[in-house]
Amino acid sequence: MRRRTKINLNPKHVLIICVVLCISLIFISFRYSEKLTPVKSAVGAVITPMQKGINSIGSYISGKMDTLRSMNDLLDENAKLKEDVSGLSYQNKLLLQDKYELDGLRELFKLDQKYVDYPKVAARVINKVPNNWYNVFTIDKGSRDGLAVDMNVLAGNGLVGIIVEVHQNYSIVRSIIDDNSNVSGMFLKTSDTCIIQGDLQLLDEGKIKVEMIDKDAEVYDGYEVVTSHISPKFLQGILIGYVSDIQIDASNMTKTAYLTPVVDFERLEEVLIITELKESLIE
Amino acid sequence: MKRLIIIIIEIILCYLIQSSMSPYIALANVMPNLLLILVVSTAYMRGRMSGLLVGLFSGLLIDLSFGNIIGFYALLYMIIGYLNGYGHRIYSDDDYTFPILFVAISDLLYGFFYYVFEFLLRGRLNILFYLRRIVLPEIIYTVVISVLLYKLLHMINRHLDRVANEEV
Repeated sequence: MRRRTKINLNPKHVLIICVVLCISLIFISFRYSEKLTPVKSAVGAVITPMQKGINSIGSYISGKMDTLRSMNDLLDENAKLKEDVSGLSYQNKLLLQDKYELDGLRELFKLDQKYVDYPKVAARVINKVPNNWYNVFTIDKGSRDGLAVDMNVLAGNGLVGIIVEVHQNYSIVRSIIDDNSNVSGMFLKTSDTCIIQGDLQLLDEGKIKVEMIDKDAEVYDGYEVVTSHISPKFLQGILIGYVSDIQIDASNMTKTAYLTPVVDFERLEEVLIITELKESLIE
Repeated sequence: MKRLIIIIIEIILCYLIQSSMSPYIALANVMPNLLLILVVSTAYMRGRMSGLLVGLFSGLLIDLSFGNIIGFYALLYMIIGYLNGYGHRIYSDDDYTFPILFVAISDLLYGFFYYVFEFLLRGRLNILFYLRRIVLPEIIYTVVISVLLYKLLHMINRHLDRVANEEV
């Protein structure tokens, strides 16, 4: 005995209804994007815990695999490192002496610290956008942990990206290597500004594009690029990477170059978020 | 009813593996498109209607968790599911060639339309580069995975059919 309510619907009609539905959704999200945020948050609240779970299983397995694979390497490395340690500890002593000397000199000249210390929060990368075209990822902290849109994201010493969307327990980060990303940068040595633009075509070489360098700027390969003072969203003085291949544009007005980021974007597991927003001039 | 629950679990599992496990399953920076395999094989095994609905919901899931334009993935996956539903007419129980061929063609279409809407409209004209760098590797990886995944999905489907027949 099997009851079956047979609903006779022509797939063609259903298709038309759903296409109209999707197109109206696209339209709505273009016009009133903030109206859909509660729906997104609701879906995220259900999916995020599952992603965290799956993610921890994945890292557990890969951790175990790595342990097995690297056991032999580690033994060799350990022997080699032990030799190095004795040499290094001697060097360290010399360096420490230098450091004391430097501290003294700094105090003498009343030099400030190179970077201002911003307040930071650590978060774990739990999810990457599920296709191969973009470099957008989610982290496991959200508005509940005090994050907000436009906060800068770092890993190690370098800039990773910026928060573009915040929900209660997760937020979405767009990295600087994403094709849509534009960051205003500055050469640390000469204070010349430039625009750092993500480019999918250069991603394989581990590089991103630098544009709009002034033609008269005296910059050379290997110079450090940091976030600039004129950027509306990025805090000043965060290291982005090192420049190379500087060329003059066809227009003869500006220079372009490539930039190697200091962050390893392929193995991004934990990031730091600066919980301070750049104050905007227009309130 | 049972089938509905199983399909929902399949969609969520594929989505979770595809999005959260990417550092562990990606080869040469490319991930297989598991949701696409799911949509295509459901459409091939069950017909246009199922393909359409599974496509719609997997697309919406991606849209709601990532895209700032909601409905784009849903539309893409839905149309792929619907078109593959026509393949149900030549469905045979022990044929593994057609579904894999369908997966390859669908992934090519997916990659092409994705490029057109998200990259070409922003003035990135170098289509050959995107084909070589992203679309082709994704197709190859997806096809390889689909050999295994289709077999699994087919087994689940056959089991469900058998249970349904026994009840009648």
